Amino acid sequence: MTRYITRRLAQAIGVLWAAYTVSFLVLYALPGDPAKLIAGPDATDITPAQLDALRAEFGLDKPLIVQYVDRLLGLMRGDLGQSLPTGRPVSDLIGEALPSTIQIAALGLLLAIIFGAGLAILATFSRNQALSRLLFSLPPLGVAIPGFWFALLLIQWFSFGIPLFPAVGNVGFASTVLPAITLALPTGATIAQLLSKSLTNTLREPYIDTVRAKGAGPARVHFRHALRNAALPALTVTGLIVGQLLSGTVVAETVFSRPGLGRVTATAVAQQDIPLVQGIVLFAAGVFVVTNLLVDLIYPLLDPRIVIGRPRVARVQAGVPA
Amino acid sequence: MSSTNWGRTALLGTAFALTVALSACSASTTASGPAAGTDADPVVGGDLTFAIANDPISLNPSGTGAGNDTWYVTRQLVDSLLYQNPDTNELEPWLAKSWEANADATVFTFVLRDDVTFSDGTPLTAGDVKATFDDIIAAGPKSQAVSSFVGYKGTTVIDEHTVEVSFNTPNAAFPNSTSSVPLGIVGAATLAVPYDDRATGDAVVGTGPFVLGSYTKDVETVLERRDGYAWSPASRELDGEAYLDSVTFQVVPEPAVRTGSLTSGQVDVIGGVQPVDVDTLTASSFPLVSRGNPGVSFGEYFNVSRPIVSDIVVREAIAHATNAAEIRDTALNDEFNVGTSILAATTPGWADESGYFEFDPKESAKLLDGAGWKLGDDGIREKDGTKLSLVVNWITNFGPNQTSLELLQQQLKDVGIELTLQGGDVPSFLERQTSGDFDISWQNLSRADGDVLRTTFSSAATNTLRIDDPTLEALLQEQLATGDQAARATVLADAQERIASQYYQIPVHELTSILATQPTVTGVTLGADSRLDQLTGASLAAAE
Repeated sequence: MTRYITRRLAQAIGVLWAAYTVSFLVLYALPGDPAKLIAGPDATDITPAQLDALRAEFGLDKPLIVQYVDRLLGLMRGDLGQSLPTGRPVSDLIGEALPSTIQIAALGLLLAIIFGAGLAILATFSRNQALSRLLFSLPPLGVAIPGFWFALLLIQWFSFGIPLFPAVGNVGFASTVLPAITLALPTGATIAQLLSKSLTNTLREPYIDTVRAKGAGPARVHFRHALRNAALPALTVTGLIVGQLLSGTVVAETVFSRPGLGRVTATAVAQQDIPLVQGIVLFAAGVFVVTNLLVDLIYPLLDPRIVIGRPRVARVQAGVPA
Repeated sequence: MSSTNWGRTALLGTAFALTVALSACSASTTASGPAAGTDADPVVGGDLTFAIANDPISLNPSGTGAGNDTWYVTRQLVDSLLYQNPDTNELEPWLAKSWEANADATVFTFVLRDDVTFSDGTPLTAGDVKATFDDIIAAGPKSQAVSSFVGYKGTTVIDEHTVEVSFNTPNAAFPNSTSSVPLGIVGAATLAVPYDDRATGDAVVGTGPFVLGSYTKDVETVLERRDGYAWSPASRELDGEAYLDSVTFQVVPEPAVRTGSLTSGQVDVIGGVQPVDVDTLTASSFPLVSRGNPGVSFGEYFNVSRPIVSDIVVREAIAHATNAAEIRDTALNDEFNVGTSILAATTPGWADESGYFEFDPKESAKLLDGAGWKLGDDGIREKDGTKLSLVVNWITNFGPNQTSLELLQQQLKDVGIELTLQGGDVPSFLERQTSGDFDISWQNLSRADGDVLRTTFSSAATNTLRIDDPTLEALLQEQLATGDQAARATVLADAQERIASQYYQIPVHELTSILATQPTVTGVTLGADSRLDQLTGASLAAAE
């Protein structure tokens, strides 16, 4: 187990390094002179000497390879660099934005699981063919609806129309509801799609027939026997779901005027705040790495056939009675 | 050119219209009755909520923030040496009770009021003015204000309330620059904090009618009334403190949400009203506060180093093929003016040159025929195997740009000129400007002084248009060296005439700043730079 985790940590560092390298190459290959961007598009009377001073201050005058190594060394010390327009540490900006994003992402995930799983179970459980077909057709619709439009619809109905929730800001629980629903729609739909498909398949497995033959009712078949097996594919895409939630915050936080990681990202990209964009890329990569590691550690809890840290051969041998 | 993402905005406008159409419930109009309150007595007290599009990013007045939205906030914190009256465009006393320039505009003397204090209680002195200006020079291009100090020699404290700013080269635009937010005077407590650490505004100590209460990034900036404020510019006709207890600048990025927040009564004033929302708001009796931006107008700017448009005949032909009124009516609305000169009508020294830009496609065709551009089979003119095909460089950050340019494309097609539209974000626009891979640039620049002509057209400045015209250059330098404002206006008029007669630029429309308020709100005005003026005279109604 320890060896397994050590190996996974080494992998994680590799992934982060790759994310750093790719984002560095992409960001520094973008058109535009960072020094001119700091000065702003309307700065027409800036002298070349002043621009040079600015480049020197941000280390932009050094050769690319030196900048690459400098930043990488900083990264190893946990220093993500400074945001160009504000001069504030990137880690502070991300850290400040995070709590607000976690609020809506957590509520969004909860809603997505409740409604996604609920829909899948209802669709496979229902004996009414028409209802079942209707329920099966909902997830693709949920995935297809543009989040941006859906968010505006929510705000129009439940804030401007019936004033149930505030349209802007992050004060109180009420302010998290509509953004969380916005995030939950595509995520819940993804979960529903996967789970209903895998539940349908699982219910056709021979062992289900055995369970039925032993006299289990439909509820027991569903919840006691089928769901645990059917949940595995849904668990596998957790990484994707987290990604969906993170990228969804750009739209949700912009439309609902909430602070958070999505807003920081949108502003950083618009301003070409290169260190901040890179910091966000690395943060997101870190989130993926951690999520996937957690998922791998959870597998054996759901499916005893999966054993972590031992090669397949060893497992088979272990299963052989002495 | 603010850094707002206007491109997405246009899309949103459409999406929002669709939303409204699809949602069964009506977008309820809380505003019924007449546009009340215009002449009522201002109510003292109350908290005003003002929705802006962008986080200010930096509350350091001279720092680089998010452009207009930042200055909306920081204008409330600092006062300026001079005040530019938005009704007359004249410079009037403010923190300086009098001022004078020498004949060649290299030395400016300001005599300060002696009754002004900063919000930390320290009195305003000549030393503060010097320290503020020297701080900007030290900050270099990190400060938006540094370009107002080209040729800066130094500031001398003559006595406690007299200060002299000198330049090595003439800078007749300087008095006007002093009225802008970035040159607002800050106290010693501000300057004691390193430049990079002032973005949160905690250290900003000004003499303005409001002080910072709190700033929460991406959420809101709360300002509170400054007690004892008593030095509003005389022409504002306000002699005391602000009426409002507080002003909250709430960041609401999406224009449609700002509009909805206003119509549903959740905010009192909104900034950055989109042209598409103007009709909705006026139909529901929400008053608009709008003013054309001074500066150089939106239009076709030619890169005269390119072979086809280096010919003045082609440029003139394009001028007569451009139907600016149609573009204004289609892509924008009546709040926007059709351009009449390189300068917008609200710029000091503006002169009407619209005679050069009559819409006359027949004349246009005649000019092109005369220059040897013959219509090809595909409807595009040709000369010696070269097609009359031009590349337009433009920024996608203002929604109506795309509609404007697509219409222009059709208008020019009618006389046999092909336009290829190359749009992009600010960085890629700047990149193409630098490389010169364009024939026409669709751009504007808001600035409250005619010196904007020099920064746009002088071969000594960035000169992205590659102009080499000694006659124009002499005029551009002369206006900068004319200390007398009336004489300077004459030089600026000559420069506009030169630019129009050489067809270096064809004006199409003047960018306009639009705010909208609740019908009961009074006293919200735009300054001479068409950005939010101080809210000293703003007030809410007594009761909802």
